Amino acid sequence: MFAYLKRPEEGRTVTIEYEGRKLIARAGDTVAAALLASGIDRFRTTPVSQSPRGPWCMMGACFDCLLEIDGVPNRQGCQVTVVEGMTVRSQQGARRVSP
Amino acid sequence: MKTIPLAIIGAGPAGMAAARTAARHGLRPVVFDEQPAPGGQIYRALESTPLRDPELLGQDYWHGRSLIEALRREPVDYRPGHMVWQLTRAGEIGVLAGDTAALIRAERVVLATGAQERPFPVPGWTLPGVMGAGAAQVLLKTSGVVARAPMILAGSGPLLYLVAVQYLRAGASVAAILETTPQENRRLALAHIGGAIRGWRYLRKGAGLLRELKRAGVRHERHVVALRAEGEEALTGVGWRTAERPDDWQHCEATTLLLHHGVVPNVQMTRALGGEHDWSEQQLCWRPRRDAFGRSDIENFFIAGDGGGIGGARAAQLQGELAALAALESLGHIDGPTLAREAAPVRRKLDAELVVRPFLDALYRPGDSWRRPDDEVVVCRCEEISAGEIRRVARLGCAGPNQMKSFTRCGMGPCQGRLCGLTVSEILAAENGQSLEQTGYYRLRPPFKPITLGQLASAAGDAPGAPAWNETETAS
Amino acid sequence: MERDRDRFVKPTALVIGGGLHGASAATQLARSGFRVTVVEKNYAGRHASGVNAGGVRRLGRHPAEIPLAVAALERWQRLEALIGDDGGFHPCGQIKVAENDENMARLVSRAAEVRELGFDHEITLSRDELRRRVPAVAPHCVGALACDGDGAANPYRTLTAWRRQSQREGAIWREGVRVTRVDRAPGGGWRLSTDHPDLPGLDADWLINCAGGWAGELCGALDECVAMQAQALMLTITERVTPFLGPVIGSASRALSFKQMDNGSVMIGGGIAGCIDTGGERADVRLAGLAENVQTALGLFPFMRDVRVVRTWAGIEGVTGDGIPVLGLSWRHPRLIHSFGYSAHGFQLSAITGEIVRDLALEREPALPIAPFDIRRFDSSSAAARASHTH
Repeated sequence: MFAYLKRPEEGRTVTIEYEGRKLIARAGDTVAAALLASGIDRFRTTPVSQSPRGPWCMMGACFDCLLEIDGVPNRQGCQVTVVEGMTVRSQQGARRVSP
Repeated sequence: MKTIPLAIIGAGPAGMAAARTAARHGLRPVVFDEQPAPGGQIYRALESTPLRDPELLGQDYWHGRSLIEALRREPVDYRPGHMVWQLTRAGEIGVLAGDTAALIRAERVVLATGAQERPFPVPGWTLPGVMGAGAAQVLLKTSGVVARAPMILAGSGPLLYLVAVQYLRAGASVAAILETTPQENRRLALAHIGGAIRGWRYLRKGAGLLRELKRAGVRHERHVVALRAEGEEALTGVGWRTAERPDDWQHCEATTLLLHHGVVPNVQMTRALGGEHDWSEQQLCWRPRRDAFGRSDIENFFIAGDGGGIGGARAAQLQGELAALAALESLGHIDGPTLAREAAPVRRKLDAELVVRPFLDALYRPGDSWRRPDDEVVVCRCEEISAGEIRRVARLGCAGPNQMKSFTRCGMGPCQGRLCGLTVSEILAAENGQSLEQTGYYRLRPPFKPITLGQLASAAGDAPGAPAWNETETAS
Repeated sequence: MERDRDRFVKPTALVIGGGLHGASAATQLARSGFRVTVVEKNYAGRHASGVNAGGVRRLGRHPAEIPLAVAALERWQRLEALIGDDGGFHPCGQIKVAENDENMARLVSRAAEVRELGFDHEITLSRDELRRRVPAVAPHCVGALACDGDGAANPYRTLTAWRRQSQREGAIWREGVRVTRVDRAPGGGWRLSTDHPDLPGLDADWLINCAGGWAGELCGALDECVAMQAQALMLTITERVTPFLGPVIGSASRALSFKQMDNGSVMIGGGIAGCIDTGGERADVRLAGLAENVQTALGLFPFMRDVRVVRTWAGIEGVTGDGIPVLGLSWRHPRLIHSFGYSAHGFQLSAITGEIVRDLALEREPALPIAPFDIRRFDSSSAAARASHTH
């Protein structure tokens, strides 16, 4: 469980939506950092065994922080910067495709 | 396809120094970097970190400022947010920025792709709440985000102490440090004490960090020989055994466990290019071949920084300068005597910088059981392949990681072996009684990171015409 | 004692090439009483045998290959009993899709042609039937040719199963050993020199050329004429997605092999050639070819556009001038058998080719017709000889 050391300054924040819930993030943060700072560390379940996962490396190497961001699944949460109004969803198992 | 004289991949200390050197010699390099801002992992978010108190992240962090300022100031075509997803020996570079894939050709390429943390497979390491210590540093530097208590640090190496101290300075707490450094390392490291004395700056820094931790009264368990992360949906506690009490599992509640066993070169690109890599028994990692200037064994490719072997940020910076000089010389932009003259003082500084390495490498060398975990431990996080499965397949006659991969899919997930490659090679080598060189490593191919089929299809527009393969049959 | 006696009694065979066809031949020869050594310059299945799309396909075969493919499928259906593992074979079916009426007309006449040859495994599918079987396929597709009972398997697992079976039958595998020279030994056999310090020379009665992408080189050393080149065939594999596809999909007009594997990943291939470096040992992907291949796939499955590519591969394979293999006795040398040049569609056939090699080495007529695969078809000087021989 993580948290901001200091609440991000007024006027320098971004509001995103995670699973229907509003989260306040510091402008410039990555989605993964924003979720962690809001106490979320379980990002997804794996396609292999449905086991829970959260970020491991925060530098783009491990692909454990995969999230559905603005409708696009399997994006690396640690490599995407938050944008006002962004919608983020947790992923369960394999990515869905709809023919 | 557009051709540029010099591309630099990575904007950490090596890449930034290479760019600065090229720019100062009147050649405008293109720097491709995946991150949104310069600095690499070591100087990450230096321009924007909310932690402005210079004491907090320390002098070594703020040292990066001059390089970043130079990158911003000098005539450098700096492209943040550009992920290089493919690279050929002919210098073709596939770049993805946002959703757009593009191809460009560079006459010379400096690879400055840095390091990543060594895989640290222990039971439960895939649980949410278990992370690399480097990840915690990224969160701290970029966002001022820290783990709430109780947090445990486990492993070996200076970064472990550094993260602990940075946490304390920031007002966060550290429940315990579980140090896995084997008892005998101290004795083995003494063989390299000469280098350590000449590299006294590093020793002084390490001693200072340890003093700070002791003063703060942080629980420090030494000679940890086994470790496990506990929990179902997320981490709830950490168990460990020590050499002194080898039969007792000790236990502590924790919601964050940060693991660290040093860093290893990021070899994805040098491997994909087919360069030769040598196993370093000193650093327990693969190192792509490079000469004293950073020239690789692939024509027109240069390697600077930790991607060619771990030397730390200051060494990386100097290697960046050398690689840029060598690239400029091979482009005919500077002549041989200029290269020799300009490189000499840099080489001297680099030698001084690297002299402490054998000591540090010996002191913080992770023990065998950490690198070759028990059968039940997950090794490939993506495909969830255990050490036991790797050993089972080895007994079927799979002598190397590529055979094993074809058999089990181990290393075939999205991380492309970054988090399991070293462990797999080490397990197979031990299991088959052969050397690491004989065992080898994954063959890597583009894309270095996943790109979409749509992006791949569109990249063809930029590619040279494809000779059609005239075969009516569909392949098997 | 037993071994000493064997040495004098059993004929010996050297198989060059530790791929699927080498492993299959080694298994059958060893089972039939030969002392077999397989010499592989790299490791078993290093190239196309370990790295291919794993198609177990009778569909769309060259007419000459159909009898072999039909017999091979019968072996695939009982592979576990034969070699101890089913190779991951799933009879999920293979379907070749027509994207327009002209394509469809061609598939219809193809099905008729196959029926005329006396086989009934290829059937045409109407637009509705195609959509019922493959709901995910793009709506413009007008129909298809299908082969029920075909499917796909795991190449490396299959190769390993054959290798292990051959070893159980007594074959010896020498990996990391490169043949540097081939000579005729006095007395009618063969002598091989290798680059391995422990194996300076290897002697055998029979020589079996299963050298895949390197078979042409070996033919050169043996003065055999063959039109063959090594090609690096590429594959693309995606991240896992939820299941949407059962059968393996091909295209009537374009090179494509498209399938979803059990784990959800989609594999895209189709025999598109990449690059081979100068040393000849390293296959590299060629972006333009991959992109073209992916465009074909997206034409049939456009919703895949945003799915990510996780890996690409290339494996080296021997491709002949006429796209069908060389399988049969040499006419230039006694006791030399060729089994190579499967031209990117030999995976399925590997289940039967070993039996044919065995029959040839036992100097008996193979049960299946192999005349079209005779190496003399590439030798203009012997074409006349063959013509007079048949008359």
